[in-house]
Amino acid sequence: MLRVLRQRLVQAVGVAVVVSTACFAIVQSLPGDIAYRIAAGRYGYDQVDAASAASVRAELGLDRPAWQQLLDWWADLVRLDLGTSLVTGASVAHELAVHLAGSLQLAAVALGTAFTLGAPAGLLAALRPGGRLDRLTSLWVTGSRALPPFLLGLVLVLVFSVHLGVLPAAGHGGASSIVLPALTLAAGLSGLFARVTRDTAVQVLSSEHVRFAETKGLRASTVLARHVARNTGVTLVAYLGVQAIVLVEGVVVVESLFAWPGLGHALVHAVFWRDVPALQATALALALLVVALNTIVDLATLALDPRPRSGRAAR
Amino acid sequence: MGRSGWSRRSRAGAAAGLAVMATAAAGCNAPADGDGGSSSGVLQVVGQFEVHSLDPATAGGTFTRLQVAETLVDADVDGALQPGLAQDWEASADQRSWSFRLRPDAVFHDGTPVTPEHVAAALERARAGEGTPLAAVPWSSVRAQPDAVQVELTEPFAALPAVLAHTSTQVLAPSSYAPDGTVTEVVGSGPYRVERVEQPSVVDLVAAEQWSGKEPGVQRIHYQTVGRGEARALMAESGQADVTFGMDPVSLQRLTRADGLDIESATLPRAILLKTNAAHPTLRDVRVRQAISLALDREAMATALLRDPEMAATQLFPPSLPEWHQDTLAPLEHDPQAARDLLAGAGWTPGPGGTLTRDGAPLSLTLRTFPDRAELPVLATAVQAALEGIGIAVEVQVGNSSEIAAGHQDGTLELGLYARNYSLVPDPVVTLLEDFDADGDDYGAMGWDDPALTAALTDLTGGGIDDAGATAARQQVAQVLQAELPVIPVAWYRQSVVVSDRVDGVVLDPLERSFHLTDVRWAR
Repeated sequence: MLRVLRQRLVQAVGVAVVVSTACFAIVQSLPGDIAYRIAAGRYGYDQVDAASAASVRAELGLDRPAWQQLLDWWADLVRLDLGTSLVTGASVAHELAVHLAGSLQLAAVALGTAFTLGAPAGLLAALRPGGRLDRLTSLWVTGSRALPPFLLGLVLVLVFSVHLGVLPAAGHGGASSIVLPALTLAAGLSGLFARVTRDTAVQVLSSEHVRFAETKGLRASTVLARHVARNTGVTLVAYLGVQAIVLVEGVVVVESLFAWPGLGHALVHAVFWRDVPALQATALALALLVVALNTIVDLATLALDPRPRSGRAAR
Repeated sequence: MGRSGWSRRSRAGAAAGLAVMATAAAGCNAPADGDGGSSSGVLQVVGQFEVHSLDPATAGGTFTRLQVAETLVDADVDGALQPGLAQDWEASADQRSWSFRLRPDAVFHDGTPVTPEHVAAALERARAGEGTPLAAVPWSSVRAQPDAVQVELTEPFAALPAVLAHTSTQVLAPSSYAPDGTVTEVVGSGPYRVERVEQPSVVDLVAAEQWSGKEPGVQRIHYQTVGRGEARALMAESGQADVTFGMDPVSLQRLTRADGLDIESATLPRAILLKTNAAHPTLRDVRVRQAISLALDREAMATALLRDPEMAATQLFPPSLPEWHQDTLAPLEHDPQAARDLLAGAGWTPGPGGTLTRDGAPLSLTLRTFPDRAELPVLATAVQAALEGIGIAVEVQVGNSSEIAAGHQDGTLELGLYARNYSLVPDPVVTLLEDFDADGDDYGAMGWDDPALTAALTDLTGGGIDDAGATAARQQVAQVLQAELPVIPVAWYRQSVVVSDRVDGVVLDPLERSFHLTDVRWAR
């Protein structure tokens, strides 16, 4: 376990350096004048002009050689200083914390809901492959995956906000505002979870060790809890990790539909405005998040599955 | 077999587990009360522009619109100047020295009285920065007098009070600033006090106890930024929002049929323009610019894309600028044949693929626009189609709003489509002088100037002419722009606000200076 943590730590440092440098290089090579982009973000499209762009350029030292700017950024990174946003002037660390919290909150609730709905349904479907419940889950998977999130989101808003009037349509504030965006994301995911759980469970159920456990006379619930659920869990946890990453990074559409402040939103704005510190910090946070989630998945898998621990997996 | 035996029991167990987990999840997500509607006594206001910053120069007018911070001079919905922090003002006979006498009872929300020193410091700060029309003022100095602020100019500038109504000149308390001069909170002197700001989307306001003017009709306000028009429309329709600004034409059409909602509209002093690079070898010829104008079916574009045929521009100045809009001016026409004749006269002949050529070079132009206003990219493609119809090939580039300004500076811009607000300060002459003086401007003329027009604008800002002279000067400005077309008007703008029937008294400000939330009352 310590070995895993040590490996991941080295990986995290490597990722931080590569990602932040790549971000810097990409921003420098994007078309358009950075000073103008930043000025447009600061002053709005009615007020961006040559004078405001020139003042931005002078204030931020944008005409210095690129390598000097990169060295400055590395030095700040070593001091764990993410700097201030070129557009809003606020501390990047503070803005990042707000957006990261928003994204994590939404992803956690969506994942939790999807898992709670999908995994048990998949497990039940696996008990009788081809049965009514199995066919129903297949239908659910197809249906929920076929609906793009923005359409599903609009439908949910129309039903729960406009017609029933029980939930807020959009916005961020109050506990109820998370329900519809999380449900929108969870609906699609729950079908996937059901499918993966079902397929894995079917495989585990037909395996020799489960048959042996049944044969030796263990109670059905014991077999399910000790052998089936745990073995299915190994696959599911890995899958959960992948989906968590996809959720945190890829929910721009849902975030913007529901006006939910998250990393996707922050990243799009940072690119649009060439807000280099905000962009680098956001990309860095996303990259480190991938490393962190992978580490958690590794540790959880280790805990669930004893084989790699004792090195018997290879044999 | 034995298998089916356990599967029956375990299915029951798993179902029970599912029920428990579902309940737990529902518990996590349980909707808390007080989020939607007016039941909580908080006015729910939804707008489209994000709160990027607290600084007066870069906050995009958020805190003056929300009536948290005040400027020396205010304006009513017709653009007439009104007292703000200054209760009155006067200019010396030579119009170079202006005195703004402060309202004696003005107090910041932290309890400190507003003094002339505070105002002078705020003006100095605004002048030192960018993004302010103060740059157009021939400024000499500002001094604090015992009960007034004295502004000295190097030459007469009649529009000074109008400039001092711009949001960048708002006066904040010293406690708003950190030692390094950055704004850390907005402590103003207006009728509402900021309770909480969650950048970039939320501002909570409460009626300020220090305010001695007219008591606001609503004590608490929750202002929320929502980027997407569809989402704002749904918030209005579901009753979550009481007052919703920035409606797109399609949503607005749908909401007119919804119950419990009223719609207020006002024509803005804003026009959508096609800026032309008059120094460009092709566009230098006024006949080409006129041909482009004749090719545009403005009424069709306004009907199909803005869903509002009345917004088809017949001249640059919309009727919402009554002093500048000229009823006598011959309206811009749609006449593709006349356009083709003009281009033929300019030496362009039909070439391969339907694109005109001259000396072997095709008549092709690039058009830059940006998506900050959703209608611009679609209007750009309509312009593209219209110009293709008369043999001009147009490449549309949708990028950042700054691309037009940057292209103006480096001379690479050919055509640019954008919306220009002529009442950034209540008197349009300040913006017009910037846009159409001899050097042109990023959002005005490019490679074009007309000495008579510049003289007319200079006369208007100098303030040395009488009313009849001013009217004649404005007429001349409108005529020259209509004939020469350094910028080609495409459409005007109508702004709408959707109001729930729970509230009364919503006033829509065509100048987009204020939400006038102090006038809003709960309906009985």
